[in-house]
Amino acid sequence: MAAVTTPSATAPAVAGRAPRGGIYRRRRRRQRIFRIVVLLVFGAFFLIPLYAMVAFSLEGTTPGTHSVSAWTSIFSYPGLGSAIAITLELAVITGVVTMGLLLPTMIWVRLKVPRMRRVIEFICLLPLTIPAIVLVVGLAPVYRQIRIHISLSALMLFGVYVILALPYAYRALANGLESIDARTLAEAARSLGASWFTVIVRVIVPNLWQAILNATLLTVSLVLGEFTIASLLLYINLQVALYDISRSSLNAGVLFSTSAAALLFSFILLLALSYVGRRRDRRRRALV
Amino acid sequence: MTAAETVPDRGGVEVRLESLRREYGSVVALDGFDLTLSPGELVALLGPSGCGKTTTLRLLAGLEDADGGRVVVDGKDITNVPANKRNMGMVFQAYSLFPHFTVWQNVGFGLRLRGMDKAAQKQRAHEMLELVGLSAQAERYSHQLSGGQQQRVALARALAIQPQVLLLDEPLSALDAKVRAQLRDQIRQIQLEVGITTLFVTHDQEEALAISDRVGVMKDGRLEQLANPTEVYARPATSFVAEFVGLSNRLLGQVHGGHVEVRGVSLPLVDPTTPDGQVTALIRPEAVTIAAHASEESGPLVGSVIAQTFLGATSRVTVDLGDTTIMAQLGTSEAAAYPAGSQVSLKIREDPVLVAEGPAAAVAEGEEPAAG
Repeated sequence: MAAVTTPSATAPAVAGRAPRGGIYRRRRRRQRIFRIVVLLVFGAFFLIPLYAMVAFSLEGTTPGTHSVSAWTSIFSYPGLGSAIAITLELAVITGVVTMGLLLPTMIWVRLKVPRMRRVIEFICLLPLTIPAIVLVVGLAPVYRQIRIHISLSALMLFGVYVILALPYAYRALANGLESIDARTLAEAARSLGASWFTVIVRVIVPNLWQAILNATLLTVSLVLGEFTIASLLLYINLQVALYDISRSSLNAGVLFSTSAAALLFSFILLLALSYVGRRRDRRRRALV
Repeated sequence: MTAAETVPDRGGVEVRLESLRREYGSVVALDGFDLTLSPGELVALLGPSGCGKTTTLRLLAGLEDADGGRVVVDGKDITNVPANKRNMGMVFQAYSLFPHFTVWQNVGFGLRLRGMDKAAQKQRAHEMLELVGLSAQAERYSHQLSGGQQQRVALARALAIQPQVLLLDEPLSALDAKVRAQLRDQIRQIQLEVGITTLFVTHDQEEALAISDRVGVMKDGRLEQLANPTEVYARPATSFVAEFVGLSNRLLGQVHGGHVEVRGVSLPLVDPTTPDGQVTALIRPEAVTIAAHASEESGPLVGSVIAQTFLGATSRVTVDLGDTTIMAQLGTSEAAAYPAGSQVSLKIREDPVLVAEGPAAAVAEGEEPAAG
């Protein structure tokens, strides 16, 4: 805060002390140029491939012409529509199940059995250390056994995805829990007559919204981009469908339009979630 | 949700803690702890960290389970009643306001849980905020309040549910000195106004002495002394109490015939039955005064001033007596006459003094083998 207000506050004084003021001004200008350069370099690094992707998807059948057919055919392309639907459904189910499992567990451990915290953390971070391919080798027989008895839709992938999402969701929620004094809040609520259910639902969770949104976003992004496991377990989700398109290479435009659309969807989701978070914050601050 | 109906009229209830026991692994935090609070009384538990004072409060609140003993409030055994059914108001050391609620919603939370409608909640919340002088801040959030304001809201929130007992767990320790003194007095005033039985836990002896009806000095999970503040200060029951409550000079002395002879001065004993022998006498700095600039070179109570600590209206002067140092407390203007280096002779007022058993006893009890 101080750093922000200092330049304007000292501006008149600086004018009176020309030599030193000059140094500061030059340094500030240099910093600004450095920042802009960094921003441009990284912006180019990320945006040029995106631009190329979108440009390619908008190319017509002959060079120099443009067409939106690659975009309009996303849903009519054989198999792609259902793959998108399945992936979106998986994203929702995985998000809900992960939060449903992890949030109460983490709050309970934090409040009632803090000595179990390390154990839970270890278990949740474990999937990070196991390569997806190893996970599949372990899980394939499990899925095969279940398949013998009941036919499974691709939606059953949510089980694996929940495991994959655990480390990210855990970290996001742990950060949120660390930022509030959950224990004191819970004890205060208890002494005012709140049951444990009320404590969690009305006191702890409302103060964790930002963390819950972050965890959900990470989980959803993970599901949207997952390829290895779905492919190896012979399910077709969005990424698998895109891969198939790229191999048939009859219509590479669709491949890129769909990828761009998926990316765009993630962006919109990210913006929407951060907007929700900020609005809650602003509503709180508006009453200053 | 029926708790609201069971609240008796204000006027306070009796609280009895009977041989409470609490262990954390192999550490015994409380060991056969007994304490009775009369209706409407404010008792402060005072002691160093780890003495079991907070554990006592948490057992009374139901935030921890006792390993033995009973908690009886208003004649009812509530030892096994969970915290949310106990109807006790509590103010915590850490800021505990719910960040997602406004001030009045915080105060009204307990009422909301008791099924009170929103208009009534709001009205009662405003009454309580008026009591703590914060009705203008009702629509604010906790992060917009100062530490002192937050604790006052926490007090209003605790009292809003008309609890049977008020529990204060070092509510002032996070505040700066001036706010602390103000809020301390305000708490006492409100407590008297509401007439609620209150247990106040603190490690600050000044706080405990200032606002309580009785002070319980604790050590190692036991009560060393339970008495009114004047008594605790003037007639400490043990040397630990004398040490912990206020400063004491520790001087070697010789007991004979109900008096103790300290550096040539004969002083009466708090406990006249003390057997004869060598002891450590505990003498308050305010019982020591500087008589004059010393004319003679040496004597049992002659020495040179080595330091002065300015305390405001009074100053503490440390005098080197050769074999030991002694602290005297006198008016600041008076103390100014004796700058560091001046040779002075001291006088000890003939207040009853407490003695520790012998020079070795202090060390055996695990205390600092301090000056004297």
